[in-house]
Amino acid sequence: MSGLFSKENKEAFINPLNLNNPIAVQVLGICSALAVTAQLEPALVMGLSVTIITAFSSLVISLIRNTIPSRIRIIVQLVVVAALVTIVSMVLKAYLYHVSVQLSVYVGLIITNCILMGRLEAFAMSHSPWPSFLDGVGNGIGYALVLIVVGAIRELFGAGTLLGYKVIPQCVYEAGYKDCGMMVMPSMALILIGCVIWAQRSLNKESK
Amino acid sequence: MKALRNLFDKMRPSFEDGGKLHMFRSVFDGFETFLFVSPTASAQGTHIHDCMDSKRLMTFVIIALMPAMLFGMYNVGYQHFTLINQEASFFEMFFFGFLAVLPKIVVSYAVGLGIEFTVAQWKKEEIQEGFLVSGMIIPMIIPVTTPLWMLALATAFSVIFAKEVFGGTGYNIFNVALITRAFLFFSYPQAMTGDSIWVAEADGLTAATPLATPAAFDLNNSITGLIPGCIGETSVIAIAIGAVILLFTGVASWKTMVSVFIGGAITACLFNCVGSTAASQMPWYAHLCVGGFCFGAVFMATDPVTSARTETGKWIYGFLIGVIAICVRVMGGYPEGMMLAILAMNMFAPLIDYFVVDSNIKKRKNRTTK
Repeated sequence: MSGLFSKENKEAFINPLNLNNPIAVQVLGICSALAVTAQLEPALVMGLSVTIITAFSSLVISLIRNTIPSRIRIIVQLVVVAALVTIVSMVLKAYLYHVSVQLSVYVGLIITNCILMGRLEAFAMSHSPWPSFLDGVGNGIGYALVLIVVGAIRELFGAGTLLGYKVIPQCVYEAGYKDCGMMVMPSMALILIGCVIWAQRSLNKESK
Repeated sequence: MKALRNLFDKMRPSFEDGGKLHMFRSVFDGFETFLFVSPTASAQGTHIHDCMDSKRLMTFVIIALMPAMLFGMYNVGYQHFTLINQEASFFEMFFFGFLAVLPKIVVSYAVGLGIEFTVAQWKKEEIQEGFLVSGMIIPMIIPVTTPLWMLALATAFSVIFAKEVFGGTGYNIFNVALITRAFLFFSYPQAMTGDSIWVAEADGLTAATPLATPAAFDLNNSITGLIPGCIGETSVIAIAIGAVILLFTGVASWKTMVSVFIGGAITACLFNCVGSTAASQMPWYAHLCVGGFCFGAVFMATDPVTSARTETGKWIYGFLIGVIAICVRVMGGYPEGMMLAILAMNMFAPLIDYFVVDSNIKKRKNRTTK
């Protein structure tokens, strides 16, 4: 079992968090990142759902990778992902109904999330199950991290709340402060993701 | 002037490499070239050596903006005293407006230039003077009731995200002053529109009153500019003086200016034929007089950086600005369309230029092959 946390496996998990972040570096999965980050709670739930789905779809595809005929591999991948997405969507509807209403169509659209297909094609099809699973978890968390940062900023400045709780005190509003309406619009999410990419690249450049 | 020159010469060594105040090199440089002709000239190659650098060009625009600015200050006072039904002399009105507008100019310049100076110092570049004009236009296109912190935030946003990320002055795709206004417009719609603010404090959004209630339109007042509106854009006469200065000095293109008005007038006439709502029945000259149409056509559409550069392109660019502005006014959900029209066409200006150049290449190719 010494290979479980070998250097390659660690890298498969840690790389997507920063140096190979799916949103900030590979620029995948932008559409959902713009759509669900108006508040922190849906962003959190979305990040978690995508993490679970990438992790387990990578695991399943990696397990059966030698039996998939390469001509129909995309269909097989889609079936696996679609099954997982349906499960997640049902769980959300059962236990987190208000969030699933907020996320609406975007849970179903995880199927088309570029991160998923990208990781399955690029990694899970050619690696054994355990590294594939780690890679899936890492990419999911890398995606979730950016979503949480963007979601927190947008909710804080767009509505003055975090997870629905008032954070900016009333006296600030009485002094003339107003919530920024543009933060709630998807256009601002794009600019914020740009800022995240900017900050992340400058930090990486300095540490090199 | 001589004393000032000597002062600069005396101060220069401390700002040069190794000097005590090297940190503020870019600031020193910026002020020196603003006051005097730049002391450095290219040593080799063929370059045009002319005092008419972009700083002088910007100064002309500032001068052209002055009539509208001064009238705007007077109008702020006039609207205020009319609303509270109080008699006031001309100077009282002007002074009231002056005190209301001055903090906005100061904030806009302080924030914008602060960011520009910092970036210039950081990137070890010369200070670019593009903000001289933007900083003057920004206070003129917002309602006088806009809180100063909103103005500061919006200015910072637009200077960083509309200008510096693209590489600074001359590289921006969108007009910086308009991005400031767009940011305010979409971020704080309640502060930029709505009835309460311009009734309570006697000033309002661009064209809010005449455009919201077309029946209240009064041609004489719209031309002199004694209507509620943003600080600098109510008076057609003052803007016309500015337009003459710009055209006489050759800073702005008459083609862009004229074609904006043509586009607007034709679209308004078309709406008159087919429309049935009050906004679509507004006569074409009314459309051109109220709101930010004149100001946008003269000072914003002609921005040399963001507008089309080819001569044919300028006609297309200006015409479409006029068309879109009137369409947004009549059919869109917003009372004023000039800002959105110019921003939209800023985006398409490079494309227009591309097709104009391309068609010219094709034409000449055809000529040689025949």
